[in-house]
Amino acid sequence: MIRFWNRKSKSPLPPFFKGGNSTAFFKMENNDGFFEIQKRRHFLHESFAGLSSLFKARLSSPFEKGGPRGICLALFLLLSLLAAPTFAQKSTDPAPLQFRDTAEETRFHDLVSELRCVMCQNQSLADSNAQIAVDLRREVLDLMREGRSDPEVRDFLVARYGEFVLYRPRVSGTTWLLWFGPLLFALGGGVVVWRLLRRGRNAPPPGDDETQEW
Amino acid sequence: MSAKRWLPFAAFLLIAALLATGVWLSRRDNREALPSPLIGKPAPEFALPVLHEPNRIVTSKDLRGQPYLLNVWGSWCPECRVEHPVISRFAATKRVRVIGYNWKDEPVDALKWLERFNNPYWLVLADIEGGTAIDFGIYGAPETFLVDAEGIVRWKHVGAMTDTIVRDELLPVLEAAEAMKQ
Repeated sequence: MIRFWNRKSKSPLPPFFKGGNSTAFFKMENNDGFFEIQKRRHFLHESFAGLSSLFKARLSSPFEKGGPRGICLALFLLLSLLAAPTFAQKSTDPAPLQFRDTAEETRFHDLVSELRCVMCQNQSLADSNAQIAVDLRREVLDLMREGRSDPEVRDFLVARYGEFVLYRPRVSGTTWLLWFGPLLFALGGGVVVWRLLRRGRNAPPPGDDETQEW
Repeated sequence: MSAKRWLPFAAFLLIAALLATGVWLSRRDNREALPSPLIGKPAPEFALPVLHEPNRIVTSKDLRGQPYLLNVWGSWCPECRVEHPVISRFAATKRVRVIGYNWKDEPVDALKWLERFNNPYWLVLADIEGGTAIDFGIYGAPETFLVDAEGIVRWKHVGAMTDTIVRDELLPVLEAAEAMKQ
């Protein structure tokens, strides 16, 4: 599923994207202001050529497809497959938030670092550069300035985006295992250790067949 | 053979079963989509200008009485172009009103987009700043909501719509919503 959240990002591309015909950025715009998806093929083509030459361990001329640049592209493609969500879409905050004082700033940072970005999903609202995260940070600050308490701000987001936004979900029928599961595991482990210790005290000294079995 | 010998194997089976359950639970295609907490609740109140007539404001109350499909899109969203034919086909059946929700877009670009790909919408609302979108829990485009005659959100789809989703998900929910009304 490919979805986009930033409008016409003018964010600078990494220099890697800029070279030659490997303009791989699939959010390129053509003159009409519409998107050009074609360009992506060059990138894939070139990197697959690079991939095959990686396996053949053949170094060819730097200008040829599948040359060192292709290998770099292939490596980049592999790495970006691993880290796809982080490079996918980023955009810069147009106007950084202005805080009145450090107390407000601290409170804001504590709050947003406990909230999860809805789009990137493995980043907190504080860390994410996605456009929706920028908007939500602004919303959180506005709510704080309206005089809402931290739980009220959290409730506001939960009512709209669901429990998912909380990094610390509330204890409920569906989350009790999440909260108390580790405790159960620790208790279970404790019981096992206790039984082993008790047996060790009664059992013959180590070195017999029974202990070396596995 | 002592039962102790089987203990590691049993532990392995337990862990494998746990992991298999995890895989099974995440079998949905669309597992990144967040379930909307708005389902079954009233859609947020809003007052938004119409894209084609910026001076005309449409509110959520104006739209009561009949169900409607709210389709979030933007001219900046490539995936919206992918789903555009699906939305157009569904709108052409005139089953319900299909309302476009133009999210964080330049009106000029939005109008150009509609001109180029045809306008399937009964009405297009423009949310230029994205303030109302937060009330709807919108976090990307495309997203599609079904709101019933009483203004209750019945269904939400995150990502591009397909004919299969229209047939297997949207239409049954719509029929159920209409059956409840009668």
